[in-house]
Amino acid sequence: MNVVVCVKYVPDATGDRHFEADNTVDRVGVDGLLSELDEYAVEQALQIKEAGAGSEEVVVTVLSVGPEQATDAVRKALQMGADRGVHVRDEAIAGSDSLATSLVLAKAVEKIGSEAGWDVVVCGMASTDGSMGVVPAMLSERLGVPGVTLGSEVEVSQGEGGQVVRIRRDGDFSTQTVEGSLPLVLSVTDQSGEARYPSFKGIMAAKKKPMQTWALVDLGLDAGQVGLSAAWTAVQDSTARPPRSAGEIVADEDGSGAAALVDFLAAKKFI
Amino acid sequence: MSEVLVLVDHVEGQVTKPTFELLTIARRLGEPSAVFIGAPEAASVAAESLAEYGAEKIYTVDDTDTKDYLVTPKAEVLSGLVEKAAPAAVLIVSGGEGKEIAGRLAVKTGSGLITDAVDVRVDDGTPVTTQSVFAGNYTVQARVTRGTPIITVKPNSATPEKVPGAGIQEVFEATVSEVTKTATVTASESRKASGRPGLTEAAIVVSGGRGTGGNFEPVEQFADALGAAVGASRAAVDSGWYPHSFQVGQTGKTVSPQLYIANGISGAIQHRAGMQTSKTIVAVNKDDEAPIFELVDFGVVGDLHTVLPAATEQISRSRA
Repeated sequence: MNVVVCVKYVPDATGDRHFEADNTVDRVGVDGLLSELDEYAVEQALQIKEAGAGSEEVVVTVLSVGPEQATDAVRKALQMGADRGVHVRDEAIAGSDSLATSLVLAKAVEKIGSEAGWDVVVCGMASTDGSMGVVPAMLSERLGVPGVTLGSEVEVSQGEGGQVVRIRRDGDFSTQTVEGSLPLVLSVTDQSGEARYPSFKGIMAAKKKPMQTWALVDLGLDAGQVGLSAAWTAVQDSTARPPRSAGEIVADEDGSGAAALVDFLAAKKFI
Repeated sequence: MSEVLVLVDHVEGQVTKPTFELLTIARRLGEPSAVFIGAPEAASVAAESLAEYGAEKIYTVDDTDTKDYLVTPKAEVLSGLVEKAAPAAVLIVSGGEGKEIAGRLAVKTGSGLITDAVDVRVDDGTPVTTQSVFAGNYTVQARVTRGTPIITVKPNSATPEKVPGAGIQEVFEATVSEVTKTATVTASESRKASGRPGLTEAAIVVSGGRGTGGNFEPVEQFADALGAAVGASRAAVDSGWYPHSFQVGQTGKTVSPQLYIANGISGAIQHRAGMQTSKTIVAVNKDDEAPIFELVDFGVVGDLHTVLPAATEQISRSRA
């Protein structure tokens, strides 16, 4: 079985994230890392690999589209236990919107699968920077396979017509059980299970794992199909939110805190 | 004037408040056309309220054959309607399913997509959206430059206005292809209602975090005294103290109420992402160094287990 896990290299959310002059996210001048929400995707891919061990060989390929430093995100996933890495890197990709990103990912998945096929593409629920959460659905649409998405619990089993992925999907009003047959796109939430840390052994082993770098031309794509100029949306303005002015802080030393709180709420006409 | 399609979010015909907000926003852009996907008997329940909030047209789509398939049939229905009506925009409520429908629709129709708008206005005849990004630290104005603007809008982005529309119903016979019938919903369990206001719709949200130590009673009782919704931080949810559907933050709900009261929540960036745009912010925390205090209009350094019950009692007494 061949599993592809898509990961994104994002600016560290605890750092100073900001925009460039052209209103694209600064991805180079800030500290970056593997998007936390994609760690859950890597974890589920590894669990699929471990569950399949013994009965069949499962190969987990990490796929990332991004600038030079995105190699760090791929390497982290290899350290966690993925088998091989693919980094799609091309200057023309900078500034791509979700539609172009999903196009590049779809072409890359097809290329990864061109030799031995592919069975499951695993994604996180959203990136921690753009946080649109639409790429898994777009990828499923582009690849023409089921989208079994936003899983908080994942199970792979043998169905009548082949292998089946079943998830628990928590909605606002109900909890659903959703399933689809391979090949498919699976996305998982941060409720799906704690992601493992790379072990020392994993870190050493990752250095020897195969890593490929592809450009657009390797995917049969043209620079005009991606990037900022081909984006179907345009940001015209980005402004930093003014800092909140410091409020009043009281200490509840002698039980006065509750009264002060109620007074504040009353003064603001909340009670 | 062009039509503006609004995908109706509903539970068995009971239309949700964010849908009415979208109808109000749609009126700024053109003529609101509601798209109702559900059982025919539910459609007649919904039609009245949709017209009340300005729907000129209501496309009804019978989902008897497709309701057990995830997301894709709805995207295909909308794609068919985009082709038929050539709308000025498609508006969908932001949320897990809404964004997935929007993403697929964008690919199908070759259109630009904007998610999580908190405002939509018209400039030069096209919609311009406002989004709050990077944990609410930046505000971004954007527009769609290709195809039909597809925009998902967060709940609470507009005040629903009752402006009666014609509400003319039209049955739309969608051709839903077999390829969309792949991700199957094999079971669905409704969650029981808490009796409190919905988290994303509430004017006041009272939430609890690690500092509750797993006891949400003081938080819930304070919320009830204020008529508020209850929220929880990720730490509280991960500890199993409160259900995930109440999580406020990056991987939960984004709320923007008039008043947000954080109790025993330190205020990590992931939590701030979900509440930073609240109008008034109050915190109760034992740790006077907690980053949440950088955000607050009013803060109490103290133990929520003593402060909240005392405040709750004082509020109830003043009302008695």
